[in-house]
Amino acid sequence: MSPAFAPWAALGGGMLIGLASLLLLVTVGRIAGVSGIAAGLLPPRLGDIGWRLAFVLGLPAGAAVWALGVGGLSVASHAAPWRLILAGLLVGIGTRVGSGCTSGHGVCGLGRGSPRSLAAVLVFMAVAMLSVFVRRHLLHGGVS
Amino acid sequence: MKWVMAWLAGLLFGAGLAWSGMADPQRVLGFLDVAEMWDPSLLLVMLGAMGTYAVGYRFVVRCPRPLLDGAFHLPAERRVDARLLLGAAVFGAGWGLAGYCPGPVLAGIGLGNADLVWLLPAMLLGWWVSARWLRR
Repeated sequence: MSPAFAPWAALGGGMLIGLASLLLLVTVGRIAGVSGIAAGLLPPRLGDIGWRLAFVLGLPAGAAVWALGVGGLSVASHAAPWRLILAGLLVGIGTRVGSGCTSGHGVCGLGRGSPRSLAAVLVFMAVAMLSVFVRRHLLHGGVS
Repeated sequence: MKWVMAWLAGLLFGAGLAWSGMADPQRVLGFLDVAEMWDPSLLLVMLGAMGTYAVGYRFVVRCPRPLLDGAFHLPAERRVDARLLLGAAVFGAGWGLAGYCPGPVLAGIGLGNADLVWLLPAMLLGWWVSARWLRR
């Protein structure tokens, strides 16, 4: 079951994500693409580790601070392990091959007016919606 | 100083993900499921983030360089090629399968999300394996 629609949290949280991405651009001069930054550590390249690691470590810290301040966020879907493993593999491979994810292509790429990012966003949105439709409505016939 | 600012950016980004509800895969799937009780939250998150970034970006890139680095590191490639589209399609399939993209996965570590016991190592493996493919 989906949680209740909360438009102000969505908009406010989104603007905070945009500000965080701007901060990285103003200071370090980098695009705040989570997959690009994190995957750039696998394997790590000498002289290009510190800022990446710092940003990656900030993500869970920020979420934890928010959860502690605002209240517990219980978010696990408890989907079957095979589904989570397959999803993780596809997300890892796809974001690396496609040079970005929802943050790099979505937030920053669209914000910069990049045609590559627009193409990528249209494709991953469409395929994700199709993937959900097939799984929930054609295969299972219900919400899962 | 560079590391401190990068960490702060990550911190705010992670808080934004938690606040916006995007750390919750059910909310993400609620957006991706257009056939039933569609939840437009993700669209608002994207508009808020992208709009903020788009406005700020125009001012920032007018500066000769960022505050803590010699130059901006921006992707120069503008061509849409097969690799981009294939990767985006594979990512989309995985995103729809469980409702997780990389930001919420890494932020979710801080929320103690039990799904990540399975999903996180798989995603890291995917990154590592494809980095090896692409280098060939």
